[in-house]
Amino acid sequence: MSKEPVAVVGIGQTRHAAARHDVSIAGLVREAAVRALDDAALTWADVEAVVIGKAPDFFEGVMMPELYLADALGATGKPMLRVHTAGSVGGSTALVAASLVASRVHRTVLTLAFEKQSESNAMWGLSLPVPFQQPLLAGAGGFFAPHVRAYMRRSGAPEGIGTLVAYKDRRNALRNPYAHLHEHGITLERVRSSPMLWDPIRYSETCPSSDGACAMVLTGTAGAARAPHPPAWVHGGAMRSEPTLFAGKDFVSPRAGRDCAAEVYRQAGVTDPRREIDVVEMYVPFSWYEPMWLENLGFAAEGEGWKLTESGATEADGDLPVNPSGGVLSANPIGASGMLRFAEAALQVRGAAGERQVPGARRALGHAYGGGAQFFSMWLVADTRPTT
Amino acid sequence: MPGPTPETLTAPLVVEFPFTRSLGPVQSAFLTGLRERTVLGVRTRDGRVLVPPVEYDPVTAEEIRDLVETAATGTVTTWAWNPAPRRGQPLATPFAWVLVRLDGADTALLHALDAPGPDAVHTGLRVRIRWAVRRTGAITDIACFEPYDSPAAPRATAHSGAFADPVTGITTSARLDYTYTPGRAQTRYLTALAGRRILGERCPACHKVHVPPRGACPTCGTPTDEQTEVGPRGTVTTFCVVNIKAKGLEIDVPYVYAHIALDGADLALHGRIAGIPYDRVRMGMRVEPVWTEGARHPDHYRPTGEPDAPYDAYKELL
Amino acid sequence: MTRDVAIVAFAQSDHRRRTPETSEAEMLLPVLRDVLDQAGLDPGTPGFTCSGSSDYLAGRPFSFTMALDSVGAWPPIAESHVETDGAWALYEAWVKLLTGEADTALVYACGKSSPGDLRAVLTRQLDPYYVAPLWPDPIALAALQTQALIDAGATDERALAGIAVRNRRAATANPHAQLQGSAPAERLLEADHLLRPLRTHDAPPISDGAAAVVLAADDTARRICPRPAWIRGIDHRIEPHGLGVRDLTDSPSTRLAAEHAGAFTAPVDTAELHAPFTAQEVVLRTALRLGDDVLVNPSGGALAANPVMATGLIRLGEAAARIHRGASDRALAHATSGPCLQQNLVAVLEGERP
Repeated sequence: MSKEPVAVVGIGQTRHAAARHDVSIAGLVREAAVRALDDAALTWADVEAVVIGKAPDFFEGVMMPELYLADALGATGKPMLRVHTAGSVGGSTALVAASLVASRVHRTVLTLAFEKQSESNAMWGLSLPVPFQQPLLAGAGGFFAPHVRAYMRRSGAPEGIGTLVAYKDRRNALRNPYAHLHEHGITLERVRSSPMLWDPIRYSETCPSSDGACAMVLTGTAGAARAPHPPAWVHGGAMRSEPTLFAGKDFVSPRAGRDCAAEVYRQAGVTDPRREIDVVEMYVPFSWYEPMWLENLGFAAEGEGWKLTESGATEADGDLPVNPSGGVLSANPIGASGMLRFAEAALQVRGAAGERQVPGARRALGHAYGGGAQFFSMWLVADTRPTT
Repeated sequence: MPGPTPETLTAPLVVEFPFTRSLGPVQSAFLTGLRERTVLGVRTRDGRVLVPPVEYDPVTAEEIRDLVETAATGTVTTWAWNPAPRRGQPLATPFAWVLVRLDGADTALLHALDAPGPDAVHTGLRVRIRWAVRRTGAITDIACFEPYDSPAAPRATAHSGAFADPVTGITTSARLDYTYTPGRAQTRYLTALAGRRILGERCPACHKVHVPPRGACPTCGTPTDEQTEVGPRGTVTTFCVVNIKAKGLEIDVPYVYAHIALDGADLALHGRIAGIPYDRVRMGMRVEPVWTEGARHPDHYRPTGEPDAPYDAYKELL
Repeated sequence: MTRDVAIVAFAQSDHRRRTPETSEAEMLLPVLRDVLDQAGLDPGTPGFTCSGSSDYLAGRPFSFTMALDSVGAWPPIAESHVETDGAWALYEAWVKLLTGEADTALVYACGKSSPGDLRAVLTRQLDPYYVAPLWPDPIALAALQTQALIDAGATDERALAGIAVRNRRAATANPHAQLQGSAPAERLLEADHLLRPLRTHDAPPISDGAAAVVLAADDTARRICPRPAWIRGIDHRIEPHGLGVRDLTDSPSTRLAAEHAGAFTAPVDTAELHAPFTAQEVVLRTALRLGDDVLVNPSGGALAANPVMATGLIRLGEAAARIHRGASDRALAHATSGPCLQQNLVAVLEGERP
């Protein structure tokens, strides 16, 4: 017997902000979960299991917060599973939930990812001192900026590509009511003249630190038939990991990312992603990662990703829109960021993305990554039920 | 049991942060109420009164907002005698941990009970709240419970939850103390560093040299124990110019943060480049470490003056 | 999906009070080599890898990423991680195998408890608004649970000492156990209380250790292992978080998980229970309806070694190992997470009868 097809029938996300002072941690996750249930026209009793993900527990200073959140997520008396795969966790969490449906262990699963970074301070949480090691010399962007320079050297990309991405994503965010950053009146000039923090990365090219959560209801064929709105169907999903640091690591285009995409395309029967995929939600914490991931994910040949960005193809009205939601550059509740990519991809193929809808989107890729560019998770969703 | 070998490195590691927690409306009402010496609970749809009040019904997951006031007296439902209070606990002298069902509530609250000794405590003991003198809107506004003989008054009365100047957030400091031990491979590396030697380890299977070493070849999953000295010279593979001052770091900006492939190593490590204007640092530049007295790690790397390495020589290390 | 999945190999480290000489990766490495050798697999070749650990034990965010150095994750592997006991990593891997996307899975858990003050660390699991600010440690919470059981007439201090003696004496046959053997109950009861009603013998040791299992499906399992421990059912359930909301003398989530795992359809001969405190064994025995004829914790259980985040996975591994060597035909394994048994996992393992 083959796997049960997996459908996304409910999607919810919070309003993302630097600090959601109006809610507790439970209130934050609840906001996303209730929206997802409402979207699916289901109640807590319809949910058989909860799969929850977030990045390091030190961000909120609560060890395994799912224990405390069980009540708020209607999980009591049910299975509740906590995933943590660094920055890719939002995607991985959704995939674990999808496996529960695909394996027919459960019929309907609530999956949720969150981060309430304002409870502490992201820089503190990410850079706790380690004895005997040199203190982090460069801050968060300093980790990524050398890889961006390597990409520029390798590809010959001109300097301004990163600002084009930032300008695009921030404008896209203006059409996303949930986005953290709404920079009305943004201009390319303003993006270009923003301070250079970690040369070659400018302030305007970096992601914010956000409070936020994202939730989805996943179900099988029978559940999808009862759903009030068209579902998004999962046609492929995979995780790939490689070690943190090793001889032969390609930080510009990690093999784990390439392999993960290849596996997702194989499952989905996609042979030419550039033509066959209508919209991409990818994890771009620093703007230059858009051209880098375009190559890594097979949308452009090696060294050609920046040309796709430069051509305008990845604009909301281009032929391969990337991050019509505004992406991580416009909202970054770390643990939820990956699931937001997955959920935004699903919203697109459901035709439910509101003002940020890409007309006629039928196949969409959701992408997440984390750690030292070592953990990848992706899914490909479509508007029709998979045939195999 | 084998203790730490003399050469094993250990160091204290303190993880401490004043977490700032925003509150939902029920939590806000409860904690503000404590400040005002008022105990609030919530009533579930089936009529149970939960103290402390939670935002969502533990059974049905329904959002609950129906606040009620309960008494400050109650009954111990279970207890445990704590002869040696630990940091952060409500009392510094021996006390009983108790679950107390306040009069009017159906669930119990965890707190401390001040009692002369374990023989003075039993399940069913009647107690009352001893309020803290300084109250800020926190669970610690209840200093503790104390024995108090009074008849049970099992009723809860409706309460709006409205108070002047409500508490909307709490700051909870949390300090945890760890002892950090880097392990065998890192200890070997760090010990050699103290003697200004940079030691990598070669994988017996793939023969790659990893630095810093971590005891296993990350790609093969094979233990590594063959040390090999690398550097001291190396090649800048890539870098960034840091223009913002990191908190607690003494270095003036701008400075260059670089990935450096030491000669003989098969991957780059990270370091600061100095001894050259920041805008003249290049990929391929040859550098060497500069050590300062008493420091374990090189303070920075400086140009050697050798010709730059060709791109092909290091492009696989990017 | 009808696919049978089995535990086909199990390995663990020796569990010790502290292991300052090894990093987490160094502690894991020999355990992973051992379990893969047993299964005849090369590093990096299992179809799926999943691990369990907690950043809070090491005091470092992303602590699990370094453990990946020991796995041989090159070329890149399909891999995931749960921020809890490795028993839940096993559950995730079991689901993965059921989907048919993998035929083998490596599951491991790193339980290096010694770097921090575990009693303080575990307080951070509690409600961050109402409970964690009071720093009630796990021994205090277990003491409250124990007193509730005593008040209910379900046990007494002598019976609890008997549980400690039985577990730690059983551990003399377990070369990996940290605490082996015990003085008689009468002697144990002469000691002062640690936190009344608990004495030191009622509490688990603080342990550093690691464990790993290999799962395999159908014929792959039969090829790897002469007598696979087939997972006939596995399920886990969680209860409300508030201690004052729950009946601490009962474990409805364990009972529910056991029902869903099929534990009550036929008697088991062996049970490995994740009961770090003596009284919790009383609660679990009742919830699982284990009679006196069931051999409970022949490994010595969590009272003999408690590498937090690995202890639950070890229960599954120990139960499976007994099936592998023909000492059990149908075994129950249990894992717990959270304060006072808040979350519980139950698996039923069977060997094929000749």
